[in-house]
Amino acid sequence: MKPVTVITGRGVPLQRSDVDTDQIIPSDWLKRVERTGFGAGLFSEWRDDRNFVLNDERYQGASILVAGPNFGTGSSREHAVWALMDYGFEAVISSRFADIFFSNCTKQGLLPVTVDEEVANQLLAAVAENPELEITIDVARGSVEAPAIGVSATFVLQPFTTERFLNGWDDIGLTLRNEADLTAFEAKRPGYLPTTA
Amino acid sequence: MAEKVWDQHVVHKADGEPDLLYIDLHLVHEVTSPQAFDGLRLAGRTVRRPDLTIATADHNVPTTALDLPIEDPISKKQLEVLTANCAEFGITCYNRGDFNQGIVHVIGPELGLTQPGMTIVCGDSHTSTHGAFGALAFGIGTSEVEHVLATQSLPLTRPKTMAITVNGTLNPGVTSKDLVLAIIGEIGTGGGMGYVLEYRGEAIEALSMEARMTICNMSIEAGARAGMIAPDQITFDYLEGKEHAPKGEAFEAAKKAWAELRTDEGATFDREVILDATTITPHVSWGTNPAQVAPITANVPNPEDFADPAEREAAARALAYMGLTAGMAIKDITVQTVFIGSCTNSRIEDLRLAASVFDGRKVAEGLRVLIVPGSHRVKAQAQAEGLDKIFTAAGAEWREPGCSMCLAMNPDKLTVGERSASTSNRNFEGRQGRGGRTHLVSPAVAAATAIAGHFATPGDLA
Repeated sequence: MKPVTVITGRGVPLQRSDVDTDQIIPSDWLKRVERTGFGAGLFSEWRDDRNFVLNDERYQGASILVAGPNFGTGSSREHAVWALMDYGFEAVISSRFADIFFSNCTKQGLLPVTVDEEVANQLLAAVAENPELEITIDVARGSVEAPAIGVSATFVLQPFTTERFLNGWDDIGLTLRNEADLTAFEAKRPGYLPTTA
Repeated sequence: MAEKVWDQHVVHKADGEPDLLYIDLHLVHEVTSPQAFDGLRLAGRTVRRPDLTIATADHNVPTTALDLPIEDPISKKQLEVLTANCAEFGITCYNRGDFNQGIVHVIGPELGLTQPGMTIVCGDSHTSTHGAFGALAFGIGTSEVEHVLATQSLPLTRPKTMAITVNGTLNPGVTSKDLVLAIIGEIGTGGGMGYVLEYRGEAIEALSMEARMTICNMSIEAGARAGMIAPDQITFDYLEGKEHAPKGEAFEAAKKAWAELRTDEGATFDREVILDATTITPHVSWGTNPAQVAPITANVPNPEDFADPAEREAAARALAYMGLTAGMAIKDITVQTVFIGSCTNSRIEDLRLAASVFDGRKVAEGLRVLIVPGSHRVKAQAQAEGLDKIFTAAGAEWREPGCSMCLAMNPDKLTVGERSASTSNRNFEGRQGRGGRTHLVSPAVAAATAIAGHFATPGDLA
């Protein structure tokens, strides 16, 4: 993945809780065998509603999605992350993310920013009020700032995840450094374990 | 128990890094794998352990007769790509029509590949199903699929543990589906995030393997990546004689190891939830997430009655989408379609239960009823028992195995505004087809609803 250090951009307010990955990218889109082009399918059913926030011209070009709690629940489809990134989002801010979605984000370089519910609500309201509001997220410092409204908050990633974002490391390459450990582990697995052959 | 399995699988450990965990079994299907295989090809990598990997076609397959072609060209292509990828990388693949083919979470257990104490992953969130055997099993994304293909391991952070203790015994007519819907209603869609759930207590120990799989399957709907149940004699009896289960002395050795997985007396959990099984009744979901459930005898709730503003807003939005009015009796809601199937409720026991309700009765006028077995083995077993005759005599459609209307990737879909009673796991907006309205229920309630035309329990039928 590409390194991610500092993201500065405008936000889109998605004022809904429990947004599941079926909404982020409906299952019709999962039949594709490519990894690109999913942006057109992002929230495609909700986008049929002219009043849906992504159809609001004032939010075109925004790179930070500000969402309600429990974002990314349900299906493990990584297509949800591909769709958000393909559309142009670089970060998602929420007070709580579903586990698999969060993990998928960190593999692709979409920054999941978990903030206190109070901060999330404050940002949601501010972005809804002012589409021009500038938000800056700094990965190394673990900070989210919107100086115009006096928001200066922190978020926590595991130190290793932070390093991966900053350096754009490839997970498989990292794991393969432990080849000797893998081979040693395989040698002592119990004999009764099944094989598919 | 989760910690024991975890510790037995740590390949590499370092301060400040996630643990590298060995994966005993990797299940693959057509939807979340093509991009992972592409990644391997781009990097010039191979599959480390094809002998610990198995693939099947399930999400896209039509459930109509096998001698008909697949009409959707994009679905067809995805299935062909799976076959080609498996051939290229040396992975056993069960295609449409193969006797071993079926929903990935149905075939793992029935082939005996799912065993206690294993780590099992699949690019599908309902991998939690396999936890019913005391395996640590969870869904992963496509990048992780690629990672496991290449390394047979995953870097993971140790989850917290939550015990869900269900005391007492379930009343007659109450199924494990009702129990898990009640649990999700209790802890919410986010309640399990960051945890592995361990279901235990008298009510859990009394359940069959099929019923345990239904519970663990829906752990993800409470936000938990995995759910587990301690292996016991019921588990061992299920496994004995299965194709890939150990045989003879190896089975005895395995049993000893499996018995030691049980959570130690006095072990502590990060959180514990206690439920009384005797208070649980058949449940129906009324909203658009699986925590929005109520007993079938209840009324549709009023959003104003929710104290939390986010829940209130979500309930109001759900009622609008579902076309329901606050205060109406759930039993007065009529449906157009009934779906019995999915990795939650498509096993032989589910079909037997549904058949016991359909037997000698007729589906309500104008209702569409799809019954989709979880695998070809389940289908063959049901036919051997004559269940298919009972279904078709009642006016239901008996289909070929697959995920089908659970997620509407194949032609089995709801139309805009169409309402279903479904034994699947997700009632999200559009899950069963654009604009469709899904109510989650047990196979018993699904069958009774098919007869009555509105939500009903078998006891409500004349």
